[in-house]
Amino acid sequence: MPSRRRALIILALLLGVSAASLLLSLTAGSIHVPPRQVFAAFVGAGEGGTSAEVVIHLRLPRALAGFACGGLLALSGALLQVLLRNPLADPYILGISGGAGVGAILSILFGLGVAGIAGASFAGALAAMLLVFGLAHGDGSWTQTRLLLTGVIVAAGCGALVALILSISPDDKLHGMLFWIMGDLSQAMHPELALAALAAVLLAAMPFARELNLLSRGPDTALSLGVRIGALRRGVYFAASLATAAAVAQAGSIGFVGLIVPHLVRLAAGNDQRLLLPASMLAGGSLLVVADTAARTLIAPQQLPVGVLTALIGVPVFLFLLARDARRRR
Amino acid sequence: MSSLLETRHLSVGIGTRVFCRDLALELKAGERLAILGRNGAGKSTLLSVLAGLRAPSSGEVRLKGRGYAELGPRRAAKLRGWLPQTRNDVFASTVFETALIGRHPHLGRWDWESARDARFVRLALEAVGLADYAWRDIQTLSGGERQRLAIATLLVQQPEIFLLDEPVAYLDLKHQIAMLTLFAEAARNGAAVAMVLHEPALAWRFCDHVLLVLGDGRCEYGSATEMLDAERLSALYDYPLKVFVHEGQLCLIPE
Repeated sequence: MPSRRRALIILALLLGVSAASLLLSLTAGSIHVPPRQVFAAFVGAGEGGTSAEVVIHLRLPRALAGFACGGLLALSGALLQVLLRNPLADPYILGISGGAGVGAILSILFGLGVAGIAGASFAGALAAMLLVFGLAHGDGSWTQTRLLLTGVIVAAGCGALVALILSISPDDKLHGMLFWIMGDLSQAMHPELALAALAAVLLAAMPFARELNLLSRGPDTALSLGVRIGALRRGVYFAASLATAAAVAQAGSIGFVGLIVPHLVRLAAGNDQRLLLPASMLAGGSLLVVADTAARTLIAPQQLPVGVLTALIGVPVFLFLLARDARRRR
Repeated sequence: MSSLLETRHLSVGIGTRVFCRDLALELKAGERLAILGRNGAGKSTLLSVLAGLRAPSSGEVRLKGRGYAELGPRRAAKLRGWLPQTRNDVFASTVFETALIGRHPHLGRWDWESARDARFVRLALEAVGLADYAWRDIQTLSGGERQRLAIATLLVQQPEIFLLDEPVAYLDLKHQIAMLTLFAEAARNGAAVAMVLHEPALAWRFCDHVLLVLGDGRCEYGSATEMLDAERLSALYDYPLKVFVHEGQLCLIPE
């Protein structure tokens, strides 16, 4: 248990990191805009012009969308790891992104616009969520194993559908489809919904954080210590699913953030959900903002799918922390 | 004295198997009940029904005169504590944090554990001999140490009714006696204790009532001196036993 003071210090630090990552993403790019001009653009002072235009209308929405998606994925991963009592659970394990993928790829195939892709992937995610819930919950017993297996199978089915559509799609659509599958923020210009979802999921989860601590120790232990586990598990399932759906609809299935960020935070700050949930959100948001900044600047003017970079950043950091943790425990 | 836990017409089973029928149990403050029976006779299932973790086939369990549905999980958690038979820790956690979860039912939604709660934890860890282990990771504990930590968590919870599923599992002899002595003390201070045991001699030494679960739906309930005789125990375990009392303690010799 971190003391409340320690938790607040860690969150304040992460808030600083988040702000720094957002500032970085506003300054970096094909036109370098120094921080002073970024501030000037915000207060509307200075000469305005192209750089202010770029900061306010191009970089800011994309940075905020990245932050919201990273936060949502990390939050969802943290919640699902508790729900499934499985440290390897990630936001996509229960088929949410699979459903979203089918919706998104189909809408790309039929040439729908950005809003159409977002709408179709959100609808696909909700369909997968309800399907898994219905199948796993069918007979009233709702064990982690059954939920996990149902989710994994639905995800596999969706994956097969996506592969099928990919293999019959014309070449000129494949690039967009691949970017969606790897996760890409270049089309994310309307962060409002994702930010609202982020706030809603965090605010809904925080009152139950200590109960989630108990749930992570097993449903019977939680129940015997006074947790209403049935309602809590359903709530966690829907909150995590909606968080994933909101992120995926915005940016495609960006991998690794949802798996790795809760892990990193857990290794660094312990497994108290009262700290883990908000800290994962801030760290996930920052990681995705930094990764996306790199994705659009590394080999500019060409853009990389951000999902590739989150994996490239996440994997070595994770391995390092894991090795350090193993040494410390010996 | 009023009863802390009582069952009315309680039937417990899984699928087509029935473990007990129409059971009437009553546990008053200070009473200690041992539940004995063969493997798979339904002892743990019965205990989890008593703990409100599983619904009975019929009948009801009441804590201080109120059923689990009426109490709700939170108030029930202040009344009864449950020691699970198995533990499965998937996340790393310290010994201290693990014992601290026992305070959950006593804290409000936004409360953060206080120095007072930490004091309860230190006392409980001391009582089970884990005071020096407070900052160890639970995944590095031995089976017996983990068992004593689960007992410490239960002591931190401070329930009035202790429901213990094999409290001496994994424990060496010294710690078996030490842990059961802790619960005997709790009973002297007004708690009621029900425990699933595999050792009739410990039931004799630490319990005043015994429930024999025969596994075919029949249960026998009575005082420890009445229930723990050679004939009943031989039938219960389906193995011939010699039973005698030596210096006040029960001794069993399998033939």
